[in-house]
Amino acid sequence: MRLYTRYLSIILRSQMQYKASFFMTMLGQFLVSFSVFLSIYFMFQRFNSVQGFTYNEVLLCFAIILASFSLAECFVRGFDAFNRTISNGVFDRIMVRPRNEIFQVLASKTEFTRIGRLMQAVVVFAYAIPSSGVDWTIDKIITLILMIAGGFCLFSGLFVIYASLCFFTTEGLEFINIFTDGGREFGTYPLSIYGEGILKFFTYVVPLALVQYYPFIYLIGRTSNHIYMLLPLGGVLFLAPCYFFWRFGLRHYKSTGS
Amino acid sequence: MIELQAICKTFKVSKRNAGFKEALTAMLTKEYDYIKALDNVSFKINDGEMVGYIGPNGAGKSSTIKIMCGILSPESGSCVINGRVPWKDRIKHVNEIGVVFGQRSQLWWDVPVVDSFELLRDIYKIDEKVYKGNFEKLVTLLHIEEIIRTPARQLSLGQRMRCEIAASLLHSPRILFLDEPTIGLDAVSKIAVRSFIEKLNKEEKTTVILTTHDMQDIEALTKRIILIGKGKILLDGDLEALKRRYKGQKKITVEYASGSLYLSDGLSLVNSLQGRAVIAVDTNVISVSDAIAAISKNLEVTDISVAGATAEEMVVSLYEEYHI
Amino acid sequence: MKKYASFFRIRFINGLQYRAAAYAGIFTQFAWGFMTLLMFWAFYKSESSSFPMSFSQLSSYIWLQQALLALFMAWFFENEIFETITSGNIAYELCRPTDTYYMWFVRNVAVRLSKVVLRSMPILLVCVFLPSPFGITLPISSKAAFLFILSVLFGFLIMVAFNMLIYISAFYTISPMGIRILAVSLTELLSGAIIPLPFLPDGLRKVIELLPFASMQNTPFLIYTGFLTGTEVINKIILQIIWVIGLFVLGKCLMKNALKKVVVQGG
Repeated sequence: MRLYTRYLSIILRSQMQYKASFFMTMLGQFLVSFSVFLSIYFMFQRFNSVQGFTYNEVLLCFAIILASFSLAECFVRGFDAFNRTISNGVFDRIMVRPRNEIFQVLASKTEFTRIGRLMQAVVVFAYAIPSSGVDWTIDKIITLILMIAGGFCLFSGLFVIYASLCFFTTEGLEFINIFTDGGREFGTYPLSIYGEGILKFFTYVVPLALVQYYPFIYLIGRTSNHIYMLLPLGGVLFLAPCYFFWRFGLRHYKSTGS
Repeated sequence: MIELQAICKTFKVSKRNAGFKEALTAMLTKEYDYIKALDNVSFKINDGEMVGYIGPNGAGKSSTIKIMCGILSPESGSCVINGRVPWKDRIKHVNEIGVVFGQRSQLWWDVPVVDSFELLRDIYKIDEKVYKGNFEKLVTLLHIEEIIRTPARQLSLGQRMRCEIAASLLHSPRILFLDEPTIGLDAVSKIAVRSFIEKLNKEEKTTVILTTHDMQDIEALTKRIILIGKGKILLDGDLEALKRRYKGQKKITVEYASGSLYLSDGLSLVNSLQGRAVIAVDTNVISVSDAIAAISKNLEVTDISVAGATAEEMVVSLYEEYHI
Repeated sequence: MKKYASFFRIRFINGLQYRAAAYAGIFTQFAWGFMTLLMFWAFYKSESSSFPMSFSQLSSYIWLQQALLALFMAWFFENEIFETITSGNIAYELCRPTDTYYMWFVRNVAVRLSKVVLRSMPILLVCVFLPSPFGITLPISSKAAFLFILSVLFGFLIMVAFNMLIYISAFYTISPMGIRILAVSLTELLSGAIIPLPFLPDGLRKVIELLPFASMQNTPFLIYTGFLTGTEVINKIILQIIWVIGLFVLGKCLMKNALKKVVVQGG
């Protein structure tokens, strides 16, 4: 939509006012995920494989999760940083505008510096894609794209849940980090290594496994069940309950003020 | 037209205590206070009116404004603005109102003001011709032609406030809510803002609701004031009528070289410094000329002046009268 | 001295007010520690011979890391302090009869300590009862416990002194955010927060151990788990002391220099 691009342009110009700061922060973001990469590297210097997954396969998994997370952080940051938006009254200002609030929250806080992390993902992809031993046929490529898209939706949904919780309280919401930052950090490794219980939780409660583990084992050829290719769509569906929760929270906010 | 009837709103606020022991017990239990922010608030404002909404801090002003903007929904009572219920029909309602929050800015901080304006044009879907017309008019009337290309963060408070007001009027709203618009402004900017608002109300017939602590704003702009205290509407009436009620109070400022001050009935000392005294006169008890005679009896008067009650003082006595 | 003490008290009590945050934090940290251990367990099951320490030692390390997180977390900064510097409000600080370095140092210590007090006790309490090797083991001797506490103290001071350097860098650079993120990622990796240092390749590790980061949380945790023994422990503690003094002196000098410039230029 034209309005969205206008928001993007004004934000980009606003952030580019501080060029040095912008690039330094971007570099910083790159380094943050680089150190995660290093941790994987060091672990595999010591160990040959973990539960049958090789270094290259884990790198691929890492890159996919990093890509979806950084895309979400870049474009959906408005919800991730929602606690400040509410506490400094900016949300009231949003409500006085004749546009859908979700759109405004989304459009007003795009954070371009997160591209730094995205670049890290691209770099790792550049290495991992050829070396992972995956036979890149059309269906595998589609799986990869779906995984990233599904992951993007999943993390976005988690951000929306966090923001909706902010309507009720701004304290004690730290536990969401388990799923957002935690999802990113622990999703670096295929979820099966954490055991049956964890895998089940991330299949049925927070569908991280649907965008990571199941399509992943299809990708690396451990299974040839085509259904697994489509499971990332579960991540997209995840957005539905998140949306309803947001509306619930908004109603509550309107009746209690701030 | 704005119509509120019997609006009630209660807030739950958690208690926070100081001290080490209290902090630890707060870990286990939580206590709440229930604050009745609005208690049976009712009033009606017609199109084109300019109303001053006054009251001490915490009286319920911002809650009322939020309800009228559609950000907050009351527990009970009704509010209908231009045929709509604000919090139910938010997007349509908000299209027709403009809001200026004195303390918070709606302009993007790091880009030129005109960029913020253009974004607003797109948000409000303002017709290009209408936008151009409004833009020219507002920029000229508020004297912001030279600063329109500067980023908001580089502007002084007075400049920024004028841009804020312009921003809130780009979409030709029928109702304008002004929350402390002249706070922190220098005298020149205040006058500029006031004359603009007056013109806006007279020519465009925009309904203006002004909340402010600056009584000079009230005096200069509004004919009607609504006083709210502790969540209740205490007064809703003509400013002039109120002033007439307090007309009985006059103030005599007298400067003297020597002598002593004699205060008869109906006179009371407001303050006095070396050689200068301010005396309040209740003209229901004693006439001004008699008061002057009494004061100058034992005084070597060098200068004397008489003044009526200012809006400021009137409001202070109002607050006292209603125990708020 | 008394004014710093009362300042400390205020900040500390303030930190204790955030009850819900504390509960959520404890829960989050449990989940985090739990998942981290599961990850290491997967590696351990695959190749236990490549593990540089026993699994129960690793468990203790990870749980200590979570319990004392507030003391050693690299990403914790008070935005207020950064804003004071960038906005020029630092001028107010200079009007007070206190040394800014000590004020900020004490403040950092107080806030971190109040967070730790709220969280560490519950976590440690539960961890003692977890089935081994997933739980936390008791220290091998009272001497080890004493040395551990000493080492935590020094490690903590190093962390705060390093924090101060980051705050001070805001005087010298236009982009404190960039420096922050750089410093945080560096610290996390080199202090053993992402993976404990013994997991790093040997050659690299020897170099890293000389840096101040290794002396923050890695040293005390390794002392506790008995990974370090005998004279090694003493050596490492001495290294900690050297870094505390070094970073402290560096911080004070840089601060003095920066404030002098502020006074000359007018903020």
